[in-house]
Amino acid sequence: MSTATPLSLEADRSPGESDAHRRLRALLEQGLPITSQPWATLAEQVGMTEEEVMACVRRWQAEGMIKRLGLVVRHRRLGLQANAMVVWNVPDERVALMGHRLAREAAVTLCYRRPRRLPDWPYNLFCMIHGARRERVLAELAAIVERLGLDDLEHRVLFSTHAYRQCGGRYAREGAA
Amino acid sequence: MNLDDLDGVDRHLINRLQDGLPLEERPYAAVAEELGIAEDDLLGRLARLREGGMLSRFGPMYHAERLGGGLTLAALAVPEADFDRVTEAVNAFPEVAHNYRREHELNMWFVLATEAAGRVAEVLDEIESATGLPVFNMPKEEEFHVRLHLPI
Repeated sequence: MSTATPLSLEADRSPGESDAHRRLRALLEQGLPITSQPWATLAEQVGMTEEEVMACVRRWQAEGMIKRLGLVVRHRRLGLQANAMVVWNVPDERVALMGHRLAREAAVTLCYRRPRRLPDWPYNLFCMIHGARRERVLAELAAIVERLGLDDLEHRVLFSTHAYRQCGGRYAREGAA
Repeated sequence: MNLDDLDGVDRHLINRLQDGLPLEERPYAAVAEELGIAEDDLLGRLARLREGGMLSRFGPMYHAERLGGGLTLAALAVPEADFDRVTEAVNAFPEVAHNYRREHELNMWFVLATEAAGRVAEVLDEIESATGLPVFNMPKEEEFHVRLHLPI
């Protein structure tokens, strides 16, 4: 199937990528088919063999384009109502160490270093803690602060009060396939 | 559908799949065997969870930057009276993957995921124009890897 001219950006980005591969990537973004042989289902849709599809996904995993195959829950629907973004102002020379230590905590689900935006925003280390209730999240945070000895670090807890949108990122559009 | 509609097997299944799916011809059969249920049972449960809106993503998790895409976290300080208008304006951009209201002066936090890396700056400019508010752009500088798992 060759419909529209591929977007030039797409072509520039992956010169070796065939139309079938692009279609596979776009289809995969909508999620893995829930069928007994999901790779065969995809193969049929893009005109490849099951082996080719699996080899392609294996390569994308090896290259790091696909981080993993799995599932992300819609945490609010699953009862994890409290979603705290905890932000820390860490001296630059300590931020990598602190990031690694926070990321090892079981309650921490994401941990990133981000730029400060002075004077409004002095925080450079961000982590997420989810829980069923705010008190639980705050108790987890207090335990982490004590365990890691973070009393001296300025930090803020930003609970979310509404999720206006929560969907996966879309990196390849149908139109680009 | 909400948490009360899930039985113990559904919870096991969600917890198990957060750890990832094997790249095999019949990946669901492999997981079903681990959980001690039939493959058909697993497929039915998974389809129900997805249709019930319990899953935000199921399948491959892409590394946006390695795909040549752009990703950032950005925030706005939205005046209370303007909140609905700004929410609508921001969510009108298909590149906005998440948008949360948070308790802070910077009260709107959204994630942009764009197909091309250069598009991030353009979308942020367009959001500034559409909302009339300055955007605080906070792209990640370093990721500290966690074991992504929310036991339910």
